[in-house]
Amino acid sequence: MTDKHWSDRQESTWKTKVGLAEMLKGGVIMDVVTPDHAKIAEDAGASAVMALERVPADIRVAGGVARMSDPDVIIKIQESVSIPVMAKCRIGHFVEAQILEALEVDFIDESEVLTPADDRFHVNKKNFKVPFVCGCRDLGEALRRIGEGAAMIRTKGEAGTGDIIEAVRHMRTLQDDMRRISSLPVEELMTAAKELGAPYELVLEVARTGKLPVPNFSAGGVATPADAALMMHLGAEAVFVGSGIFKSGDPAKRAKAIVQAVTFYKDPARLAEISRNLGEPMTGIGMAQLGDKDRLAGRGW
Amino acid sequence: MISGVLAMQGAFHKHKLVMESLGCKTLEVRTIDELLSVDCLIIPGGESTVMVKLLSENNMMDPLKSRILDGMPVFGTCAGMILMSREISRMNQDSLGVMDIMVERNAYGRQLESFETEFEVSGIPGEPFHGIFIRAPKIVSTGRMVQVLAELDSVPVLVRQGNMLASSFHPELSGDSRIHQFFASMVK
Repeated sequence: MTDKHWSDRQESTWKTKVGLAEMLKGGVIMDVVTPDHAKIAEDAGASAVMALERVPADIRVAGGVARMSDPDVIIKIQESVSIPVMAKCRIGHFVEAQILEALEVDFIDESEVLTPADDRFHVNKKNFKVPFVCGCRDLGEALRRIGEGAAMIRTKGEAGTGDIIEAVRHMRTLQDDMRRISSLPVEELMTAAKELGAPYELVLEVARTGKLPVPNFSAGGVATPADAALMMHLGAEAVFVGSGIFKSGDPAKRAKAIVQAVTFYKDPARLAEISRNLGEPMTGIGMAQLGDKDRLAGRGW
Repeated sequence: MISGVLAMQGAFHKHKLVMESLGCKTLEVRTIDELLSVDCLIIPGGESTVMVKLLSENNMMDPLKSRILDGMPVFGTCAGMILMSREISRMNQDSLGVMDIMVERNAYGRQLESFETEFEVSGIPGEPFHGIFIRAPKIVSTGRMVQVLAELDSVPVLVRQGNMLASSFHPELSGDSRIHQFFASMVK
């Protein structure tokens, strides 16, 4: 058994993949559906945009099957901004992922927000040159995705609700899992790996380093600057905002405020200033109103 | 000596870890007070558009510029280099304009074109340096006062002008602290 971490033994593109995720830290990645939205996001200080056909709140309303966006939408958004452009493929839909790679998107989100294409298997992300981000609810899920080649993890939360409770639950669960693993003696780690359903070598690495081998962002339910700052306090290294911006009364203003909140999350006086007068937040759906079948976070295996 | 790392957005944490591994005290810089209390500053990679916005909105552009012009050693990597440049080619984007270089954003291509390679760095003996280029900006021209410390295919990738050091690549990601060490030696 080598002393080197799993992540030090990955092929060379691993470093540029994780490197781009590093560059996005301390920033806000915003869902956009048109080039105009993308410009507003960039002007407000988004560190990247996620090109979509509909934001998650609208996917909920529309129902039916949610798929990868029309390439035309993605290309137009790529042409309209200079920051990285991400796009989503369905869980397990490696052909959608190949198409997104052919479009030269900067990051692919294999996302539970879209309708899964495979009810057992995720995309083998190591086959791609483009980096992937995947959602998780706990450490086991995070390490399974990293084992498949994800270069960034985001806790799932519950997209399209504007309710932060699931994002908090998933981040706390992940952090608790990591603290627990770090405190275990080595002989207990194989059983821990079995219980987590996670690759043993990655469990060993987390136990040694106390953190994930890739950046860990937060998603799903952020609607206010305070929500974004809360997630940063809980251990998120950056924040994805989906419906929270373009479903609010004044998207440009709110977007700018959330960007500031991620930078100054430790400064309550500054947050008070940032949070003033932002107009209506997205209406949202409380988690208590949401039936089990309407929850997206359970998608992913 | 306290080495500051501008922490508006981007890969500031990795730089901090490298400087700490060299025995330096570090400070994340987000405010004017923090800016005034450091002896040198690293401007990390990330998104240059985001950093410029956050700096401007928080009235930090001018104080930062004056500290650099007053001689504070500063090291900009990737987006940090864009921020320091005199001119950004083909973009209408603000910068500090302190270093006599013209850069082109994302000139090496999108993420698919991100790459790693090795090159010699003048003044740093030993093995070639392993450079990681991520959606990297290209230095398209350099002024008379700018010293080229490393090149890739005849294009400068590490440059120095007095108290200013700038790179297209990410030395904080390569696990080799020699360029950071070189920067630390620029601080009196």
